[in-house]
Amino acid sequence: MSTGTTTTGAGATTGANDNYLTCDRGIRSWLLTLDHKRIGLMYMVVILASFFLGGLFAVLLRTELINPGPTLLAEEERAWDFYNHMFTLHGAVMVFMFIIPGIPAILGNFVLPLMLGARDVAFPRLNLMSFYLWLIGGAFFVWVLLSGVIEVWLGIDLPGGGGLDTGWTFYTPYSTTTSSAVVPALLGAFTLGFSSILTGVNFIASIHMLRPEGMRWFRMPLMLWALYGTSVIQVLATPVLGITLLLLVAERVLGVGIFDPSLGGDPVLFQHFFWFYSHPAVYIMILPAMGIISELISVFSRKHIFGYKFIAFSSIAIALLGFLVWGHHMFTSGQSALANAIFSLLTFSVSIPSAIKVFNWLATLYRGSIWLATPLLYALGFILLFALGGLTGLFLGALATDIHFHDTYFIVAHFHYVMMGSTLFAFIGGMYYWWPKMFGKMYSELWGRISAVVVFIGFNLTFFVQFVAGSQGMPRRYANYADAYTVYHQISTIGSYVLAVGLVMVGFNWLHALVRGRTAPANPWGGNTLEWHCPSPPPHHNFSRPQRVGDPYEFRRWRFDPEIDGYVRVEGDPVAPAPEPAPAGTTDS
Amino acid sequence: MTTGGASETGRPPHLAHHFESSSQQVETGKLGMWIFLSTEILMFGGLFCAYSVYRANHPDIFFYGHQYLDTMLGAVNTVVLIASSLTMAWAVRCAQLGKQRGLVGFLALTLVGGAGFMGIKAVEYTHKWHTGKWVGTANMYHPAKADGSMAPPKTEADPAGAEPAGPPSGAEAASQPFAPPPDRSQVLMPSTGPSGMVALEPSPALEPKAAEHVELEDLPPAERERVHIFFQIYFMMTGLHGLHVLIGMGLLAWLLVRAARGVFGPRYYAPVDCVGLYWHLVDLIWIFLFPLLYLIH
Amino acid sequence: MPPSVIAVLAQLPDTFWMPPSASSYSGDVDRVFYLILWICALMFALVAALMTIFVVRYRRREGKAPPPAPSFGTALEITWTVIPTLVVIVIFYFGFRTFLDMATPPPNAYDIQVTAFKWGWAFGYPNGHVDNRLHVPLDRPVRLVLRSEDVIHSLYVPAFRVKKDVVPGRYNTIWFQATKAGEFDLFCTEYCGTKHSDMATVVVVQEPREFERWLDDAGNWAEKLPPAEAGRKLWEIRGCKQCHTLDGSSRIGPSFLAIWGKERPLSDGSTVLVDENYVRESILDPSTRIAAGYENVMPTYRGRLKDSEITALIEFIKSLAPAPAEAGTPTGGGEDGQR
Repeated sequence: MSTGTTTTGAGATTGANDNYLTCDRGIRSWLLTLDHKRIGLMYMVVILASFFLGGLFAVLLRTELINPGPTLLAEEERAWDFYNHMFTLHGAVMVFMFIIPGIPAILGNFVLPLMLGARDVAFPRLNLMSFYLWLIGGAFFVWVLLSGVIEVWLGIDLPGGGGLDTGWTFYTPYSTTTSSAVVPALLGAFTLGFSSILTGVNFIASIHMLRPEGMRWFRMPLMLWALYGTSVIQVLATPVLGITLLLLVAERVLGVGIFDPSLGGDPVLFQHFFWFYSHPAVYIMILPAMGIISELISVFSRKHIFGYKFIAFSSIAIALLGFLVWGHHMFTSGQSALANAIFSLLTFSVSIPSAIKVFNWLATLYRGSIWLATPLLYALGFILLFALGGLTGLFLGALATDIHFHDTYFIVAHFHYVMMGSTLFAFIGGMYYWWPKMFGKMYSELWGRISAVVVFIGFNLTFFVQFVAGSQGMPRRYANYADAYTVYHQISTIGSYVLAVGLVMVGFNWLHALVRGRTAPANPWGGNTLEWHCPSPPPHHNFSRPQRVGDPYEFRRWRFDPEIDGYVRVEGDPVAPAPEPAPAGTTDS
Repeated sequence: MTTGGASETGRPPHLAHHFESSSQQVETGKLGMWIFLSTEILMFGGLFCAYSVYRANHPDIFFYGHQYLDTMLGAVNTVVLIASSLTMAWAVRCAQLGKQRGLVGFLALTLVGGAGFMGIKAVEYTHKWHTGKWVGTANMYHPAKADGSMAPPKTEADPAGAEPAGPPSGAEAASQPFAPPPDRSQVLMPSTGPSGMVALEPSPALEPKAAEHVELEDLPPAERERVHIFFQIYFMMTGLHGLHVLIGMGLLAWLLVRAARGVFGPRYYAPVDCVGLYWHLVDLIWIFLFPLLYLIH
Repeated sequence: MPPSVIAVLAQLPDTFWMPPSASSYSGDVDRVFYLILWICALMFALVAALMTIFVVRYRRREGKAPPPAPSFGTALEITWTVIPTLVVIVIFYFGFRTFLDMATPPPNAYDIQVTAFKWGWAFGYPNGHVDNRLHVPLDRPVRLVLRSEDVIHSLYVPAFRVKKDVVPGRYNTIWFQATKAGEFDLFCTEYCGTKHSDMATVVVVQEPREFERWLDDAGNWAEKLPPAEAGRKLWEIRGCKQCHTLDGSSRIGPSFLAIWGKERPLSDGSTVLVDENYVRESILDPSTRIAAGYENVMPTYRGRLKDSEITALIEFIKSLAPAPAEAGTPTGGGEDGQR
């Protein structure tokens, strides 16, 4: 494959048979591909499948909660167990298989080399390996699910246990004593973490070494800054989770007892280890989302991003500060008041860079020319949901109120606003934004907007009411609850159905675009990052010659052409008084 | 990054399509390796962290446990591993200079060093297996395994000495005013108060003869059941390290085969370089493990 | 559903967010809460309003290029860095100050020993009485010493704004001073297995004199009742109920219905006669002989039940046996033979 790359560089390659989707045929050409775009698409298939699975669990558990007492199963204990397994699998699948890999592995893989004007990521083989590690990790979770089904419905006792009922946090000593399939789940999470580390290594090396001429650090698209911050966290935090999970495996298999109080160990040490990874992991989820939003806001308001350096540095600040706040998950665990105070203060410090980002995005909208296309609708939804999720974090950083809210529905609502509301909105927005680039097909704008509104309403209906339930004292992870909380749960469950309908609409819109969508122009939105400089879908090797770039947020060189329903680059010198030393970009198409 | 024209002609066979020059490719590979090594350090960092927490909270069991490690074998292993690091560095140098025989020879020597290390480790592990200090529930000090003489029975009323700072427990509780509920615990109770990590007050019995030999009886009663923790940490740390040595040996064998075929030379030695970095890291981790586990005072 | 919606709306003004407050520091917590709530509402309104105004005002118009606008403003950046920083420092200060009050029990606090287990609570009083509901005196600081005997639990009383994990292997403590008489919910908030959500009980806040009277009575209530009745109550409050039903259905352990005097198969294949000795052994050393079809999960009650209480439980199980018409059967005879 590497020999065929020295195609003579001149001229834009636009032949239909040259794009990465059609240049090679057959299943082998996909499974053994080293092309970052194809790997990104393979990730897309499996990650969206796990999102569907996690969503199914969510709908099931919300249905169980529509009334107090058992709902889906008649017997109390079976219903409780069912619920406990559902919320655990929902959490574990969504966190380890969807949200953490979601944006970096799908959109990051597809877009990062294109944005760099590179032909691939730094280590294509490693990239394929992380995909297969993901598959192995996913297979462990599929086994966890299957074993649960086998145990419950077929009544066969498996030696390793069935299902998973520990909560995605695997707190000891519950996780070392329960009879469900904890070991396969731990190995699955470990393998997924390994996959995530290798992706991070790849991205850092790519961003350091493959930047094209002219792309200084502060000329990088903000999406790259965000992916860089994400990768730093992946590389630094995930190994600690890895060793923690391995110790837990040793604990269960051998009875090592480092975390088990009945063997002289310390269960709170596990929590420290676990959150040392898992809190930064929250930023693995949100940082790339912020990167997408920075791109969308700027492109769809046709205006240079406001406060570029502040947004870039705030990404790095969040990545680094995120390592210092893990203790705020343990305010009620009995750690000393001094530790609580320090972690509380550090936790507040993370809110500052997040606030800076929000204000800069708002300032970018100011005096723009705002085009309310579907991706921007999601970006605006992101800003609202992230603002709400971030602001409610203040209640949880403050010690006095956190004591009351810890492990109640308030927390559940808070992290769904930031992890699901924000990250998922950015993810969907990013998918809509790059869909034409990925497949060369346009989606239905009307249905895109309608479904965006449905998803937004459904989301808020589901989760806003949980803030109220939580402040009223409704504990989380409850299969059963006092009658006083019924109304909150019913509103929430109805909301979750609306949300599910909205997401199904999104899925159909994407599928419809694949089958029936009209052909997309190379640059439907007028973006100026390098991926819009090559055809849609991109050729196998992205760019036929090295790129030179200027300011990624300089849109005045692109003019809308109704003929192709997309933007074309205006040659010559349309930029009046250039604020930057002349972008001087090249490349046609 | 700026050698734009080099891509047209004369691309060396090892240069992947997405790099513009060999030097860019080598630099990228090295950067990736360093990043990966930092993840390795953090992975071991978790274990070092667990070590520190337990060492700080239970210094006595670490002192007691370390007496069962063979310092001599550990020291020999340290020397073997440092020597293999030296030969590895030499192998890289030979690759850079194009000395084919030197490269193969030093790689082979490094591999032998790794094998020697694992051999000595195997001797140590076997000895521990035979003396009941194996990992997990097989450990003779493990509470789940221990008989009455090792671990005081927990649900009986203990003599006052067992829980020096704790409230009175056991059967007499019901008759005493202001007593806690009767002991129903299946778990160890902490030796000190409520907040923070469970910390043990230094035992007066140990202070005077800290540097000498310590018997199990010298340990505070509550600590006797935790002795196994030292061995668990020992096996986790050296086990993970040993796994890394084994992986390193696999990589060395792969390098050796390729080196024997003459793949490497002054223009292409990046794999030798990267495996070298990895090997040095494994060596470095052992240099921390040895004093922390074997040379406790 | 409509009536419940109305009920919720009716309480909108004061308790829509936080539940009624009933401890000495819950008012302080609520003040911190409302401080943050107003700050959040203002900030959110600001963000939403600016966004809406910009989106409407600067929407794309045909053939009109956007006016040039700055892409950087140092003054602005500093403003929206410094103001949030000051705001969060203020929030931190108030949150921390109240937390210190919550974390420091007064020296004269009344101690109650709390044991959490799967899935229930045992509250131990100074006179040796153990209850599954938490009775506390009004207007007096109470300190709870928490311990767990299996996994991590967490004690949470929403009305008091108090919560602390119950960690096996260590004692955690919390304190509060109830300021309202009545009953309040007490939850477990750390996931602990199948019946985590049923691990709820109530706090009963009583006038001090009433509390004293209750405590005096409670210490020896079992002796005052007929043994079988006392046994039924013990079954209810001491955790038997969680696993052993009275209607013949089996849960985690066998049902108590009609087992007395029968031969029962054991997990090792042999059988045993359910008599005083076996019941007593099953309570004190549950792992010795396990009924067939069940797991060895029952904790020992050695030291947790007095002899008189064990007798009461035995009488209770005896009372659940089939009517006396069958008393003349051989099993009944066996029972007599042992006396």
